[in-house]
Amino acid sequence: MCLGIPGEVIEIMTDRPDLAKVDVSGVKRAINIGLLTDDPPVPGEWVLIHVGFALSKIDEAEAAAALEFLESIGKAYEDEMAAFLESRIE
Amino acid sequence: MRFVDEFRDAEKARALSAKITSLCEPGRHYKFMEVCGGHTHTIYKHGLEDYLPESITLVHGPGCPVCVIPMGRVDDAIHIARQPGVLMTSFGDMMRVPGSGGNFFDSNAEGTNIRMVYSPLDSLKIARQNPDLQVVFMAIGFETTAPSTAMTVLRAAKEGIENFSVFANHVTIIPAIKAILDSPDLRLDGFIGPGHVSTVIGCRPYEFIAAEYGKPVVVAGFEPLDILQSIYMLMEQLHEGRSEVENQYSRVVPWDGNPVALRVIAETMELRPYFEWRGLGFISHSALRMREEYAAFDAERQYSVPGVRVADPKACQCGEVLKGVLKPWECKVFGTACTPETPIGTCMVSPEGACAAYYNFGRFTRQRVREASTT
Repeated sequence: MCLGIPGEVIEIMTDRPDLAKVDVSGVKRAINIGLLTDDPPVPGEWVLIHVGFALSKIDEAEAAAALEFLESIGKAYEDEMAAFLESRIE
Repeated sequence: MRFVDEFRDAEKARALSAKITSLCEPGRHYKFMEVCGGHTHTIYKHGLEDYLPESITLVHGPGCPVCVIPMGRVDDAIHIARQPGVLMTSFGDMMRVPGSGGNFFDSNAEGTNIRMVYSPLDSLKIARQNPDLQVVFMAIGFETTAPSTAMTVLRAAKEGIENFSVFANHVTIIPAIKAILDSPDLRLDGFIGPGHVSTVIGCRPYEFIAAEYGKPVVVAGFEPLDILQSIYMLMEQLHEGRSEVENQYSRVVPWDGNPVALRVIAETMELRPYFEWRGLGFISHSALRMREEYAAFDAERQYSVPGVRVADPKACQCGEVLKGVLKPWECKVFGTACTPETPIGTCMVSPEGACAAYYNFGRFTRQRVREASTT
């Protein structure tokens, strides 16, 4: 649970502007972007996600590096993605 | 991957290593603590200690939120989960943390319903779908995670959900660092500051370490080169006689942190007078509980928990490992009685725990280095 995972914002939910659909390694899920109200992300931007919340915006290069790094650490990231896959935030 | 090479280049690692070595004063020994378990993971996974001169030692700190939960709190959680009509949720990492009578899986075998969730918001959804059950989220984590719990409670309040509450075990990093600085066991030369916690709290809270204790702090990213770069920045400060807070991870960590996150924590939670940390004992003002205004969402107020202090098993030396006094392999039960499959202590449970990281990766690197030096 301690990992921050990078995701690309695909769309902001029109009925719930505090939620966004993101793409993490091809897995699309909803996350909460309420902690970024000072500078809300828009589709195409990348965010660092922690337990279903975007913690900060990151650029694409950082996202790619972070993802490659996470994939290299093995089980901890597999567990995190398995948990993310089960997530159904609304 | 063009982007990644930039961070991983072995040439760059060797160049940094040479620069770090050139700053070492003959006869002086340097000890740096990496506070965050994520950094410990990177260090062992990539064998970073092999890139450092022998006069630099990296000491692993208490920054693994699963590892610092004392047995008594696991017992308290199980006590709540045993109440009629309670469905408890927590992060997957918590499931195998031992309490005095077993972990959450053992407890479920005896009839409790403790489920893993990815996010506290998933827990809130379970509450919405099960109005006849009381859903209690066992919240753990440093300031990285506390805003998520806070936002979930605010959401529950807004929706008027009455069957959701939080068993709060959020800890704060600064008092733990201060406890380590005040501990007579350990003399440190500087800190590799945590990355994700700092996205929330920013860099200012570390200023007392530089100003009052005269030790440099460099907030670092998680890539191997980030950590080497941070060690170089620490060495540079020591070499120039400076002690400052520097931010190596500015591509993610803003100097002032995330003001919205800090605001929602302050709105819903307050500091406890004290909290027990596994291995470190009781530390003043080192954890958060729900504010009175959110008592309806506070499991501790709704279910009286035993709150009994349970001493760690005698054989377990997680305390010394969490304080950086012992290296994982120096613990009496490391790799024999205590393994990731059958952990005795928390440091072996979480992948960010120093013992698990060393068990999974570090010992192989050390073995390789030993073999290389004898052939």
